[in-house]
Amino acid sequence: MMKFSEIKKSFLVSLWFMFLTFPIMVIRVNTTERLIVWRWENMLYIGIGSFFLSFLWRYLMRRKERGGKPSEAYEYEGHDFFQKIKSDRRYSIPLLIAGVLIVTFFPFVMDTYQTNIMITALMYVVLGLGLNIVVGLAGLLDLGYVAFYAVGAYTYGLLNYHFDLGFWTVLPIGALIATFFGIILGFPVLRLRGDYLAIVTLGFGEIIRLILENWNEFSMGPSGIAQIARPSFFGIQMSLTDSIIYLYFLMIGLVVFTIFVVNRLQDSRIGRAWIALREDDVACQAMGIDKTRTKLTAFALGATWAGIIGVIFAAKTTFINPASFTFLESAMILAIVVLGGMGSIVGVAIAALVLILLPEYLRAFSEYRMLIFGAIMVIMMVFRPQGIIANIRRTYKFKPDDNA
Amino acid sequence: MKKNIMKKMLATSIASCFLLLMLTGVSTASDTIKVGIAGAHSGDLASYGLPIVKAARLVVEEVNAKGGILGKKVEVIAEDDVCKPEVATNTATKLVTQGVTVVVGHVCSGATKAALDIYKDAKIVVMSASATNPDLTQSGKYPNFFRTIASDDAQAKLEVDFTLNTLKAKKIAVLHDKGDYGKGLAEYAKGFVEKSGKAEVVFFEGVTPGAVDYSAVVKKIKKSGADAVIFGGYHPEASKIVSQMRKDKMKTFFISGDGVKDDTFIKVAGKYAEGVYATGPKDTSANPMDIAARAAYKKAYGEDVGVFSINGYAATQALLNAIQKAGSTSYDAIVKALQTDLVDTPLGKIKFDERGDGVGVGFSVYQVKDGKYVELKN
Amino acid sequence: MEYFTELFLGGLTRGSIYALIALGYTMVYGIIGLINFAHGENYMIGAFTALIVASVLTVIGLNEFAILVLAAIVAAVYSSAYGYTVEKIAYKPLRHAPRLSPLISAIGMSIFLQNYVLLAQTSDFLPFPNLIPDMEFWEPYSHYLRFTELVILLTTTIIMVMLTLLIKYTKIGKSMRATAQDRSMAMLVGVNVDRVISVTFIIGSALAAVGGVLIASHIGQINFFIGFIAGIKAFTAAVLGGVGSIPGAVLGSFILGLTESFATGYVSSDYEDVFAFALLVLILIFRPAGLLGRSTTQKV
Repeated sequence: MMKFSEIKKSFLVSLWFMFLTFPIMVIRVNTTERLIVWRWENMLYIGIGSFFLSFLWRYLMRRKERGGKPSEAYEYEGHDFFQKIKSDRRYSIPLLIAGVLIVTFFPFVMDTYQTNIMITALMYVVLGLGLNIVVGLAGLLDLGYVAFYAVGAYTYGLLNYHFDLGFWTVLPIGALIATFFGIILGFPVLRLRGDYLAIVTLGFGEIIRLILENWNEFSMGPSGIAQIARPSFFGIQMSLTDSIIYLYFLMIGLVVFTIFVVNRLQDSRIGRAWIALREDDVACQAMGIDKTRTKLTAFALGATWAGIIGVIFAAKTTFINPASFTFLESAMILAIVVLGGMGSIVGVAIAALVLILLPEYLRAFSEYRMLIFGAIMVIMMVFRPQGIIANIRRTYKFKPDDNA
Repeated sequence: MKKNIMKKMLATSIASCFLLLMLTGVSTASDTIKVGIAGAHSGDLASYGLPIVKAARLVVEEVNAKGGILGKKVEVIAEDDVCKPEVATNTATKLVTQGVTVVVGHVCSGATKAALDIYKDAKIVVMSASATNPDLTQSGKYPNFFRTIASDDAQAKLEVDFTLNTLKAKKIAVLHDKGDYGKGLAEYAKGFVEKSGKAEVVFFEGVTPGAVDYSAVVKKIKKSGADAVIFGGYHPEASKIVSQMRKDKMKTFFISGDGVKDDTFIKVAGKYAEGVYATGPKDTSANPMDIAARAAYKKAYGEDVGVFSINGYAATQALLNAIQKAGSTSYDAIVKALQTDLVDTPLGKIKFDERGDGVGVGFSVYQVKDGKYVELKN
Repeated sequence: MEYFTELFLGGLTRGSIYALIALGYTMVYGIIGLINFAHGENYMIGAFTALIVASVLTVIGLNEFAILVLAAIVAAVYSSAYGYTVEKIAYKPLRHAPRLSPLISAIGMSIFLQNYVLLAQTSDFLPFPNLIPDMEFWEPYSHYLRFTELVILLTTTIIMVMLTLLIKYTKIGKSMRATAQDRSMAMLVGVNVDRVISVTFIIGSALAAVGGVLIASHIGQINFFIGFIAGIKAFTAAVLGGVGSIPGAVLGSFILGLTESFATGYVSSDYEDVFAFALLVLILIFRPAGLLGRSTTQKV
């Protein structure tokens, strides 16, 4: 009996999807030639596909519900596979050693192309961790993070073009200027909450991009800046392969450094203030935390990382133009943070690697890759809204002693 | 028991990670001549990139049917860069790693600039069928770059000359789409008009691509009293602006570049496209090779050639011919052959100057007449 | 003065398109507190469906007016169906999830829908037939406002009046307001919250589809990406007016449309969007909850 109702349900779902996709999947119009192509076979595929997928969907849904109510999710997550690996030394140490080995030998085993895309992925790890400070820890939804990234990239591009400054000189300058922009953005949005903040940061990101696009005298407009110098190694110019390997280790170093800093920040006074701000800003203020300063430091520190990566981005691609800094880029970085699990360092790192490497390896399906990408984002959120690795809330629990 | 499973899972996951990395890293070494084709093969600019790939494949098939070159078969490796500079560097590295001898591409100027440094390091000759940014050849920074299309400044010069001398416009509005290609073209046009002293630029502005409508900008053009509009950009914006102008009963001349000289423009703008001028690669449809190429394309893919197909066809032919003539796949020999040997292509007999621009490749002015672009003979 | 009037009317037209989309954002936000990033895609899907229906009907050979009405109705129905399905798949399972999860799900849905239309139809721009032909009697005034623009303005006004009446006086409207104010309380007094949310998505999507059909036949072309920019702008307008407030969304949309029009007309279209966003930042600095937003005092 049970079975029959299940089939009926799936049948209805399949009918619904056949209806839903009818005009767009079945009919293809060519208005220029007044041609109409009917593709009935697509309807059949949709019908059969959705029939079986709906079983899978319901099965997964039931599994998710059995897994515990979302309100208890945090507690449940303590028994999670990833968490277990993280906490248990027997697994974490060999894993760490394996990780170090892979990381060290990667550029020598793999070809230049693999190393190159790995650099891109590592850049997004740092960007994700930087945005994680703002969104994950301080709970400020920032949709214009890419603006700071652009500031870093253009700092290096312009200083290199006009004054021939080297990568290492500009790296701290880029970081500082981005920090400065972070504070500038921070001021007007101090009073804003939640989604209002989101749209203002989005607007800020767009304004920066539009200025770069329109103000030719300053930024050379949409044609961009070309032939930016790659990073040098104590003044030695390297071949392409060497410089990519060099950049790779530079990025590994930066990732380790970032993880270290973010980790320390989390446990610091300011880190706790951010978390308090995220949880309840009124209560946070009542506890005597300076809200203004806390918010500004979050913006400024988040922007600093974006600035650093911006400089590296310019050095890596050797060409920048405003088209690289669109809203979609911000959305991508935000997706990394949320998919990874807000506030979780390992999660963000994994999410960055997956989200950046996935489209590269999906090149074989080049047409479908963005479709798959979007679907994965939705499915991931539906079945694991807390992200790949949920951040465990610091809880202090009174445990009654069993022996007593 | 449970822990054992965990251990196994861990071991397998690590092992499979390694395996995956190894598999993806396998490089192929064989005795074919590899031609890389890079450009936008997916996304919204795919309509510019894919026709080039298709044309190049045709040329390669033809060459292989005749036994290849230097006794080797030619192999095509197409890689997508979605016209983004940051992706283009990855694409370029991938092609270099796969051991390509020459590259046809990239499609967009920005992506090309980002990728060229990588090819330069690897000593690979690159020939684009569509990247028109003047800097690519004129700056002298990219010795490994060639192209079978003329540059934007030549195009802008032609547009301005035509507007001033043939249309006798006195007040010119210059409009662009804020993009890499469009704004570059518009700036050259503005410069040429100002230098000529024959007319004034009454208006120089960029419109936002994809905006809901352009009514405000059109009203502003109307108020400025311009008698000609020179537009730098692609056809979607052009058709919106032209339709809006014509619906407002403005008879202002509309002159644009090769981004608009696309049949899609006429299809989308419909009756409003009538009378629009656009510069584009010289009409070579009388050339027998061109006719043959078009026919082969239609036969192989069941559709008409795309915007830059013929240029892509010529680029692939020129590169393969240069390898043949050079007798080797060495960088210097190929460059020398490209610069000295005339090659017969659908674009006519071409060779390349020391900067990399095609000699004998030019633009002419077209006008939409009865739903078709017709070349205007001077 | 004439130039001013032209710009003013142009801005109003653009604003009314934004308003049709912004209403969907603001209604959804008011009820479940979600920025529905995939909402712009409803506008795009509406336009595509209308194009497909219109082409099929043209081949069959109906008259223009029948085509317009049928195309708009089918577009609204399908767009609503998509809105409804998207809510069920991508947002409903996330009711109790962390606040940002539905947002990411929405961004994913937006990417998915764009590529779905791209693959199933085409990446090229398609010409959209002019479903609202110019009328003879309007010729003398078309200098200020073309007939299509007049139709857009009138349609938007009528729809907005109807929506206000619906929210104010009908049972479902009352349930919507109740849910917006306090979801758990509404549930307690017997409001079927799931149904209210579904209805909200359906109405919002239908409005966006109407906007899609109107603007597509006004400018004459569509492709899979049109929803994105229109969506961002409409969202800006909704926030400007105070997200969650229906009159606010309308006011915000008109202000945004007019700002863009005047910025282009009197300054430069180079900085059109900069003006729009700068205005947004300015207004939010002085009124952090938007123009007509409820500035709630947070309870501790």
